[in-house]
Amino acid sequence: MSESILQVQGVGVRLSGRTILDRVNFDIAPGEFTGLIGSNGAGKTTLFRVILGLQATSAGDVLIAGRSRAGRHRQVGFVPQKFLLDPDLPLRARDLVGLGLDAHRLGVPRPSRVRRALVEEMLEAVDAGRFADTRVGRLSGGEQQRILIAHALIARPRLLLLDEPLANLDLRSAHEVVGLLARIAREQEIAVLISAHEINPLLGVMDRIVYLAAGRAVSGSTEEVVRADVLSRLYGHHVDVLNVHGRVLIVAGAGDETDLAGHEGAFPETTVVS
Amino acid sequence: MSPLLAAILAPGFFGSEAVHIALGVGTLVAIVTGAVGVFTVMRGQSFAGEAFGDIGTTGGSGAFLAGVGPLWGFVVGNLLAAGAMEAIGIQRTRGRDLATGIVLGASIGLAALFLYLTTTEQSTTGATVTILFGSAFAITRSTVPLILLLSLIVLALVLVLYRPLLLATVSPEMAAARGIAVRTIGILYLLALALAAALAAITIGSILGTALLVGPAASALRLTKRPLAAMLTAAGIGIGAMWLGIVLAYDSFEWPPTGHGWPISFFVVSIVFVLYLLSGLPERRRRHRSEDQRDALPAEVAAPESR
Repeated sequence: MSESILQVQGVGVRLSGRTILDRVNFDIAPGEFTGLIGSNGAGKTTLFRVILGLQATSAGDVLIAGRSRAGRHRQVGFVPQKFLLDPDLPLRARDLVGLGLDAHRLGVPRPSRVRRALVEEMLEAVDAGRFADTRVGRLSGGEQQRILIAHALIARPRLLLLDEPLANLDLRSAHEVVGLLARIAREQEIAVLISAHEINPLLGVMDRIVYLAAGRAVSGSTEEVVRADVLSRLYGHHVDVLNVHGRVLIVAGAGDETDLAGHEGAFPETTVVS
Repeated sequence: MSPLLAAILAPGFFGSEAVHIALGVGTLVAIVTGAVGVFTVMRGQSFAGEAFGDIGTTGGSGAFLAGVGPLWGFVVGNLLAAGAMEAIGIQRTRGRDLATGIVLGASIGLAALFLYLTTTEQSTTGATVTILFGSAFAITRSTVPLILLLSLIVLALVLVLYRPLLLATVSPEMAAARGIAVRTIGILYLLALALAAALAAITIGSILGTALLVGPAASALRLTKRPLAAMLTAAGIGIGAMWLGIVLAYDSFEWPPTGHGWPISFFVVSIVFVLYLLSGLPERRRRHRSEDQRDALPAEVAAPESR
């Protein structure tokens, strides 16, 4: 029995003849903050679906707290990739957080002091008290992200998966969300696995990096992974890793491929506040 | 009777059994459609709701030809349609309108045949008008137990599914990650929608049923920011519209041309529509008053699949 909370063991996924994931291996310890870095189409979302048990593998297995299937939904919290909530949805931020507690149960939630207190505590933990009574669809991107995190955390998972939570966030919101997640990982001993196509916002906080390219992965500390030789081997062609004022730039060496993580400077230029 | 009441209610209002049944069934159906409708609007399935209404025409006219009550036709027709929609792929966001549209088209073709046969063979347009536009005054006493039973089934379904259905509506992904059987929940909800549309059809007519399903719910979504409160508000609006519609329809026997009452459905649908317009006012006023306050500024545009 290992003490890892998540073990990804030789996972392969093939979808209609295409290899999406190929022998992906890595472990995550409790309370560890891990960045899953890769460009669009590298297989990040598929890997999350495998971990959540929503995608069958063609090879390998995923163990949560040493177990293959049982109790997975209670152990793993999930924040999906940015989606648009209808601004007229009659659902306050606190209602969505409350659903995190008991959405799998049938029936209408019975109001109780315990339930209210738990929701209130969680709202405070993600610093969302100010907008707890606003309709979720009317919150800004960063505020919605906090509510989704609270929704995932209130069930007390041991592993929290976040699919591209920083995409479409402005610089400040991204910083705040990363800081919040790092604090939660540390204080509550919850392992955080966060996917991103951009490495820099996560540089200071990652205990571990899992770098995904074309379905294959390398994992280790940032120093072990973000190196020209390691990433060149992963990509299958030469890449350079440049350090610019404490930021990392990963650029294709000889070729003209530019769809690599960390391209175009520190933060994505496409950052847009909704 | 006080002079005021007498002025509002034409003589005999409370003595009429048709009025009793209409009021009772109208109340029940307004509650059911309010509860189901809130989810219909939230899930962006208003088109499917509309389709069930239209498909009910096929079932209703088929039932008339077969010599059974129209409610049976609405129920059986809608359940078959729900099965067909599910088989074609209503659960996928992209295939949703397509599945609905294909089933709707096929069904209306049948309705055209059935209604043609009804009018030519029986040389009466009464049945056609009743099926299409309904009349709560025409509901027979023997139908009431079935209406009650179906209403309880639908209400129970929506209340039992409430939490998983709500999360699956907000985000199917988040629901699936929680171990919720999103597809099963979707099928059960479609079932509830099909039955609710059948109940709406028997009350205000098959092609007007959507008005009761979607109208009060859409108004309620503007007025409250909590799902259960929205269901209650929608039910309240529906009940108000039904009652006022029934009173006006009863009174209209005395309006010119005398002896020909105006249809209840016309009044109910008009009231629902006016209430929907009015329900936008508080929001508009709030937005006007606090132009720069964050609460009034929607963070995102509406979900793309809302329809």
